[in-house]
Amino acid sequence: MSVLPMLAPLAAEGAEHVPVVDPSSADGVFTLMWVVIALPLAGAAILLLGGRLTDAWGHLLGCLTVVGSFAISLAMFVSLIGRADDDRQVSQHLYDWISVGGFKVGADLLYDPLSALFLLLITGVGGLIHIYSIGYMAHDERRRRFFGYLNLFVAAMLVLVLAENYLLLFLGWEGVGLASYLLIGFWQYKPSAAAAAKKAFVINRVGDMGMSLAIMLIFVTFGTISFTGVSEAAGGAKESTLTAIGLLLLLGACGKSAQVPLQAWLLDAMEGPTPVSALIHAATMVTAGVYLIVRSNFIFDRAPDAQTAVIAVAVVTLLWGAIIGTSKDDIKKVLAGSTMSQIGYMMLGAGLGIAGYAFAIFHLLNHGFFKANMFLGAGSVMHAMDDDVDMRHYGALSKMLPITFLTFLMGYLAIIGFPGFSGFWSKDKIIETAFVDSVWIGILATIGAGITGFYMTRLMLMTFFTQKRWEEHVHPHESPKVMTFPLIVLAALSVLGGIMLLNDWIVDFLAPVVGTPVHHETEVPPIVITLIILAVVAAGVATAWFTIGRSEVPRVAPTQVSVFTRAARNDLYGDAINDTLVVRPGTHVVHGLTTFDKSVVDGAVMGQASATGGLAQVFRRWQNGFVRSYALSLLGGAILVVLALLVVNLG
Amino acid sequence: MIEFSKPVIGYAEVWPMLLVFGVACAGVLVEAFAPRRVRYATQVLLALVGLAAAFVGTVMIGLDLNETAGGAAKGGITAEGAIVVDGPAIFLWGLILLIAVGGLLLFAERELEGGVSAFAGQAAALPGTEAEREASTRGLDHTEVFPLMMFAVGGMMLFPASNDLLTMFVALEVLSLPLYLLSGLARRRRLLSQEAALKYFLLGAFSSGFFIYGIALVYGYAGTMEFGGINEAISNNTGNRTLLLAGMGLISVGLLFKVGAAPFQAWTPDVYQGAPTAVTGFMAAATKVAAFGALMRLYYVAFGNERWSWQPMLWVIAILTMLVGALLAIAQSDIKRMLAYSSVAHTGFLLTGVLGAQSASELSSGEITSLQAVLFYLVTYGFMTLGAFAIVSMVRDAGGETNHLSRWAGLGKESPIVAGIFAFFLLSMAGIPLTAGFTGKWAVFAVAMSAGAWPVVVVAVLTSALAAFFYVRVIVLMYFADPVGAGPSVTLPSVLTAVTIALGVAATLLLGIVPGPVLDLAAHAGEFIR
Repeated sequence: MSVLPMLAPLAAEGAEHVPVVDPSSADGVFTLMWVVIALPLAGAAILLLGGRLTDAWGHLLGCLTVVGSFAISLAMFVSLIGRADDDRQVSQHLYDWISVGGFKVGADLLYDPLSALFLLLITGVGGLIHIYSIGYMAHDERRRRFFGYLNLFVAAMLVLVLAENYLLLFLGWEGVGLASYLLIGFWQYKPSAAAAAKKAFVINRVGDMGMSLAIMLIFVTFGTISFTGVSEAAGGAKESTLTAIGLLLLLGACGKSAQVPLQAWLLDAMEGPTPVSALIHAATMVTAGVYLIVRSNFIFDRAPDAQTAVIAVAVVTLLWGAIIGTSKDDIKKVLAGSTMSQIGYMMLGAGLGIAGYAFAIFHLLNHGFFKANMFLGAGSVMHAMDDDVDMRHYGALSKMLPITFLTFLMGYLAIIGFPGFSGFWSKDKIIETAFVDSVWIGILATIGAGITGFYMTRLMLMTFFTQKRWEEHVHPHESPKVMTFPLIVLAALSVLGGIMLLNDWIVDFLAPVVGTPVHHETEVPPIVITLIILAVVAAGVATAWFTIGRSEVPRVAPTQVSVFTRAARNDLYGDAINDTLVVRPGTHVVHGLTTFDKSVVDGAVMGQASATGGLAQVFRRWQNGFVRSYALSLLGGAILVVLALLVVNLG
Repeated sequence: MIEFSKPVIGYAEVWPMLLVFGVACAGVLVEAFAPRRVRYATQVLLALVGLAAAFVGTVMIGLDLNETAGGAAKGGITAEGAIVVDGPAIFLWGLILLIAVGGLLLFAERELEGGVSAFAGQAAALPGTEAEREASTRGLDHTEVFPLMMFAVGGMMLFPASNDLLTMFVALEVLSLPLYLLSGLARRRRLLSQEAALKYFLLGAFSSGFFIYGIALVYGYAGTMEFGGINEAISNNTGNRTLLLAGMGLISVGLLFKVGAAPFQAWTPDVYQGAPTAVTGFMAAATKVAAFGALMRLYYVAFGNERWSWQPMLWVIAILTMLVGALLAIAQSDIKRMLAYSSVAHTGFLLTGVLGAQSASELSSGEITSLQAVLFYLVTYGFMTLGAFAIVSMVRDAGGETNHLSRWAGLGKESPIVAGIFAFFLLSMAGIPLTAGFTGKWAVFAVAMSAGAWPVVVVAVLTSALAAFFYVRVIVLMYFADPVGAGPSVTLPSVLTAVTIALGVAATLLLGIVPGPVLDLAAHAGEFIR
């Protein structure tokens, strides 16, 4: 264990120091690190393999394992706080996963301030959502399986944030993906759910490709993939290599965190049960991209071009998601657009480098509280409205669902950044840091905050205020206690999340991981920026009030709308773009190739469609399944191989 | 008068291979002399004992190999320079024998067809004739498949252990001819099976022609057939390089045909589909192991100094193979054809590993070598392929196996365990972490990357993503689609198939979670002897 150099003097000199990962081995309570993962994993195994035997008590076991993990996480957190600043990285070696000669990949866990916060978020919010699900899924006959998948997700997510190397992180990364597809498609009898799961899978493959290549490149460049090794060696690598690694990691992060251009899956993912949307598609999994970038700070800090790319992606996404949010009538899709946008803010923070990492994580935690709160609130509303998600069928629910309304209100105030609420502190800090970097980025981020004010107010008004527009047979009722309890806890956290910024606690706490930021003065005093942001948000809220609150909300969405509204309703044509740029050309290629593959049995069907163009006519000669044409292609291949060898080497 | 001296054969090193050939010959005698009712049991027992003994022998020989070449390699050249028994050869022998045991169990399966094997009752009877019906009602079986298989196994063992071009050619033919025959022996859909066999034979013979012409040209260049001699001739740079390059290209064609690399992959889907599933599983796994062993020995030993000439060619072939395999697999509607194209894609991934060859001085110490990575990949690929085809043989309806993908819809509801195991194999083929496939892919991509072949690796990662798509499509079909009509049914097999599947699952799981020991074993095998 080496002692980290004193950070403060360095910062004072203006040189930003990128910390090295250098953990000590686990002792005391930290030896229980593996249990945090093992508990939910065992829960998943028992619930999924145990079959009907576990139907009666499966949901309780599911909750218990996560609560148990939370207890251990809390104990470890307290113990970590008790240690000196430079002694807050602990690792635990489980076994050698791959070990050949000098190439070693251990199943190693790393517990440091960053993982500590994530552990609390995942097991804490995860535990609350588990408890909520007892009530929400009470009438689903496959509830046990649901809890099994949920436990599996928690275990995989914990692997992701506890991993000490990129390969183990990738394992968790794929694991959360798997659990996410299973849960999006949980109601598999709905074709839309199955399609959504497939879409999430396909788009995430693109991101995962970036991840795999990044890991491969890291391995080739540094000869190791452990955070310890890479963070030590990163200073010696070429900037171009680091930029390449950074961009590939960003591609991976875009897939998992639904950032443009890989954003299209998140809105469809709302097909899953609402607790899943709250846990996976709001509070935890979708923030894994932010975690990845903050965790790889030793790469990004040395690759300014990659950081610029992160900022570009972030700014586009935070506006993209917000704009989509303004036009949706489906309450969950508004929240999904909002999630996309808020993750954009976190990415922006992460892209701003040492100055922004801590605020990115700060916003991530707050968002975990208030967005989970609002998703669960939306679930409670849906529960009351017979699973209707269309806000045009809601209205005036504040009296019928008082607890849901009040808790939702806390979330609402937090997300728009009402002074004093958690979101205010974190979003304000990110925008302020953005202004230091570039005025334009700051302005765009402020505009995003204004749009947030608009769409969230619209959601509040359409759901809880305005006139009632319910179906006749619907009789709204407050949800049972097992569902309102988590809402109340999360609402409290949404209000109080700002505490973490007291005395810059979170910045100092994360400093051993991400470095101590050098304080830059903005050109105008921070208070002015804060006031500007508040004014813009107020304008957004007021716009919503005057356009929606003061007029009658039609029960059917108007079709005569402006071109902008139409674009926003169509997710800004994200699907159409994917379709034109990727899907259709891809289909053509496969189609063209299949003309080679005429088989005696089933090739005929495939060949017909391409019998149009002149080239296809040529291909058709190969599609007859005759051995003579195979032999001809063999001969052609042989000539090709020999000629290639001769030309390359002699020519 | 020419003095005749008796050739020296190192029986102590090569006896497992000779034992396999011996058992094959004994099997022929059993066919000739034993009464029909005891043939099945005798053949199965004979083959099983033979394979087991050969495996034990291989392990024993492997433990006693002497180090040579300054510790980089182990073993020695024997049989007058025709055969080399070194670490990689022993590793491949062991692997081939294990796969052969699994294949043998699939061959011996009689539960699925209701008391008879999956092979034609009387292969000589024309399909649809009275003779065929009679053979079928009498419950006849072709027990000749067992000696045929043993001959193929013997050839496969000789293939990667051959030390000169002629021995390699003989081995190629010895392993191929029985496979041609076995492909044509399906009990059901016999026309398809016979067509597959004929195609395989004609194209195989054609590619052998290229192979032997290539041998002639290389001999013309080097004046020797031995790999070591060729290597020396290249480093001395004697002779006409055009001869060498043309010969190298033509020999490559023969080998690339065997491993099913594009553009020589055309036979794969037809043959995999037509052959009896047990044969497909065995052939897909074991042939690829043997052929990649031979391919690497040829490239690394004989043409090791000519690396700069063949590596670019392999780049192109590997990229082409991965793309063709992954793209065409997407369009398949027959499970066996899909697995065939998937095996083409795997050939591409293996070639990615092969072209990652670097000389010892270029490797940092302890880095995995391309040989190691490919050997490991072959282990993972062999077991998951064998297991996957074993599962295919169990999904049936009244007309035998139901290979059309639409008939697999809803299998997850019909038989969760079978569907789950198949899904596991598919995930492993897709390279999802914690399965063997992931570790294997990681190993071959890493060696290619460190050899600077990043364009190939980019394509490889891209095609892995594409491939994941069609594997997962099958999983989605099994679990999320509603069965069509009466739906698929799973026929419970006897313990034989079950053991093979269990072997596949265990290997795939273990190599994903703790790949260390096998990777170590591959590292322990050392380099080829030059």
